[in-house]
Amino acid sequence: MATTVNPGTAPQRRDRVVIRFAGDSGDGMQLTGDRFTAEAAAFGNDLATLPNFPAEIRAPHGTLAGVSSFQLHFADHDILTPGDRPDVLVAMNPAALKANVGDLPAGGVLIVDTDEFTPRNLAKVGYATSPLDDASLEPFTVHEVAMTSLTTAALEPLGIGKKDAERSKNMFALGLLAWMYGRPTEGTERWLRDRFARRPEIAEANVLAFRTGHAYGETTEAFAVTFEVAPAVLPDGTYRQVSGNTALAYGLVAAARRAGLPLFLGSYPITPASDILHELSRLKRFGVTTFQAEDEIAGIGAALGAAYGGALGVTTTSGPGLSLKSEAVGLAVMTELPLLVVDVQRGGPSTGLPTKTEQADLLQAVFGRNGEAPVPVVAPSSPADAFDVAVDAARIALTYRTPVLLLSDGAIANGSEPWRVPEEDDLPDLTVEFAAAPNGPDGRFLPYARDPETLARPWAVPGTPGLEHRIGGLEKADETGDISYEPANHERMVRLRQAKVDGIAVPDLEVDDPTGDAPVLVLGWGSTAGPIGAAVRRLRTAGHRVARAHLRHLVPLPGNTEAVLRSYRTVVVPEMNLGQLAFLLQGRFAVPVESETKVAGLPFGAAELAARLTPYVTKEQVTA
Amino acid sequence: MTTDLGMPALGGLDLVPAADGPQKAKDYTSDQEVRWCPGCGDYAVLAAVRSFLPTLSIRRENTVFVSGIGCSSRFPYYLDTYGMHSIHGRAPAIATGLAVSRPDLSVFVVTGDGDALSIGGNHLIHALRRNVNMTILLFNNRIYGLTKGQYSPTSEVGKVTKSTPLGSVDHPFDPVALALGAGATFVGRAMDSDRKGLSAVLEAAARHRGSALVEIYQDCPIFNDGSFDVLRRPDDAESRVITVRHGEPVTFGTDGRWAVVRRGFDLDVAPTAEVAPEDVVVHDATDAGLAYALARLTGQDLGHAVFGVLRQVQRSTYDDLSRAQVQQAVESGDADLGALLHGSDPWTVRDGVVTTAAAR
Repeated sequence: MATTVNPGTAPQRRDRVVIRFAGDSGDGMQLTGDRFTAEAAAFGNDLATLPNFPAEIRAPHGTLAGVSSFQLHFADHDILTPGDRPDVLVAMNPAALKANVGDLPAGGVLIVDTDEFTPRNLAKVGYATSPLDDASLEPFTVHEVAMTSLTTAALEPLGIGKKDAERSKNMFALGLLAWMYGRPTEGTERWLRDRFARRPEIAEANVLAFRTGHAYGETTEAFAVTFEVAPAVLPDGTYRQVSGNTALAYGLVAAARRAGLPLFLGSYPITPASDILHELSRLKRFGVTTFQAEDEIAGIGAALGAAYGGALGVTTTSGPGLSLKSEAVGLAVMTELPLLVVDVQRGGPSTGLPTKTEQADLLQAVFGRNGEAPVPVVAPSSPADAFDVAVDAARIALTYRTPVLLLSDGAIANGSEPWRVPEEDDLPDLTVEFAAAPNGPDGRFLPYARDPETLARPWAVPGTPGLEHRIGGLEKADETGDISYEPANHERMVRLRQAKVDGIAVPDLEVDDPTGDAPVLVLGWGSTAGPIGAAVRRLRTAGHRVARAHLRHLVPLPGNTEAVLRSYRTVVVPEMNLGQLAFLLQGRFAVPVESETKVAGLPFGAAELAARLTPYVTKEQVTA
Repeated sequence: MTTDLGMPALGGLDLVPAADGPQKAKDYTSDQEVRWCPGCGDYAVLAAVRSFLPTLSIRRENTVFVSGIGCSSRFPYYLDTYGMHSIHGRAPAIATGLAVSRPDLSVFVVTGDGDALSIGGNHLIHALRRNVNMTILLFNNRIYGLTKGQYSPTSEVGKVTKSTPLGSVDHPFDPVALALGAGATFVGRAMDSDRKGLSAVLEAAARHRGSALVEIYQDCPIFNDGSFDVLRRPDDAESRVITVRHGEPVTFGTDGRWAVVRRGFDLDVAPTAEVAPEDVVVHDATDAGLAYALARLTGQDLGHAVFGVLRQVQRSTYDDLSRAQVQQAVESGDADLGALLHGSDPWTVRDGVVTTAAAR
């Protein structure tokens, strides 16, 4: 176990720390945060992150609209959320300070780049006088550091341009934080040299800026104290840091490998799903084909065409794209072909909040098609869980010959956390058998004859002699697949398609109820799992009996869902929408469900959610 | 003919398995009852396709017809091949995914003027510019038939239909000019009733490597009856129907009494007798400017209409290049899933002890 102890200082132990880097959208805050995250991961901390950035690539410089931030929570024990409020705020300009200082608790550490606190930049965000000169920052431990000029001065011997030198100031900030928290430095230096391999002078400038920040911390008395956050002892295994989009992409690759099928992605660029396309386009060596289509509809169309040809077809998108794909999802329902549709949800409606998170596509995923068009819906609970859910979505699609909707969201997609890496052999066997011979009387092929257990129809790919057949969006005659407008046939086929989806095998809902007699159940889905887990911990620590459960499968719901709901006096469903799962559960089971909702484009905070849940548990405690 | 057409080394069907033996039109006939209106031009096209497919000598099970929505899009049901009757306008997108992932298939798209040029216009032009190996049969009857008679994007200005009682004010597309503008590498046109001409263009299209668009003028006897009669009646056709063949002078009418000549950047028609032989345009299917000028010669009033292969050039196809990238990456042999999943900085936890990369 490697811990770096800085000479001449006595590190203070902390069990967890929340750091927020904030700056202009061109200041490289996401990259800085990513890098600190990688160091925390390589050090063995548990961690969770929350990137928060504007939709504009470069919003006007120095404005509140252009502030980009990255929050990292790292700890010596297992944590569930990116943290509510930062212990340390790094503000690279007045806008970043103004937008974030409200979240900094009294006693928090504030590090500012004083070079950016010019009258012009202060005026841009409405500061009449510099907050560095008045009493407004008194509650905090403020470190005023001239990061820009210290960086440019240090880089002067390299002879690079002023602009390139100034752009390295984020690495100064990273170096300073790396010193404060005793992070090893070799990894970042190696990473910088890799990243800028084609421009060695820029790589060296960044390395030097990083070292300068580190040395500044070491030699400046103001930073006399350093902190140590020990590695977290998680369950045995091999871990890595992973973001949700990456984990999801890897899950798709692993699923295709376990199914013995080529992976075909048809996709149109859209925030925050594009990184899945980027990741998969670099994995061609695993037999992955990526097709950047002319639009969302062509993306799913091509994926369905590839699925018809025997590939594991996938399309990835976000809310507005899912709206466009609806008709093609219906075609996949009708043709009963396996297809994965990934929706990385963002704030809506319409274009909404492209870079912010929300869970408001649930009802669209469940119901958003014409006709009775049942589609299984699954959702990961965290970045690492996106891997397992992608594999499970593929299992359902391939086993039951159906499109499957996977609902990720912006917080999962861009957030990252440690992931216990599975062994390939531990992943489920998804081997698929294509139809090879006629299955009907007189040597006929019946494309809509069904497996009695799964109700799946045969997957007969073009090129198979003797199985030539036609499929399409018109209603199918049972078994033969011929066009049929017969009333009784339609009735049967609608019910068959529904029965197939209803019969999909999903594990029972697991309830975490330590005392076994909690009166309140908190039920969630998707990325609210972290905040719910953290909030429930707080309530239990405060002495409340409260149970929690998480739904990975939204369609079909686990078989014991109704029984679980009925076994608690109060069921609370926190969601980042206006109560869509609550609505679904009440409609389905006619049970009362309390809804706690948030649609701010940001996840629930642990303390915020604990406060929202407190009335339910205290009321029950009194009446119990 | 000795002109170098610059044809690709690989033909459109070269990766498709060959048939075991001779085939007949009957082999390609499915057991489904054909449900087009009596007199519909689709019957003639269906008969031509059933009889031309055996001439390709490829395995029937490696032939796939993908269609959109509309009368013509019922086509796949009537062929005993693989087929998908998909959703409105999206057939080229579905066919693209299929063609990219399955080089061993001969992929046909069947579409109509509304399906291909209105709701599916985007997919059509992108399929053509990508040059995905597929053959697109665009049935143009200049009307919406299945929705019972609204004007289409190829209907002429002034057309009176159910949705344009005062006459259409909508300027039509010329599908050939559109395809040329999209960068299509094969563009042809044929008449539904001209079995010989249609079969010849379809065969050339199927053997072309890349996206091939064949516009087929087709009659809708119910909602746009006789729309191409001026090209069918011998007396009218005499001065209107122009058939081009690569490397041959463009003359038409009885004994070639009419000739196509250059007029500035455009083309015009003149009596052959009044034109010097060297001034008669010689068709060159690789000449983009000529192809576009020929397309412009076809007016919405059908004063003239050009048939045959207007353009055919070689260009690398999207699907070949895409597969080559994957193939090359696969052959590099470093598809280690475990290494991918573990990444560059993994750490381990064993019995409460954390071992990091930094410690190793």
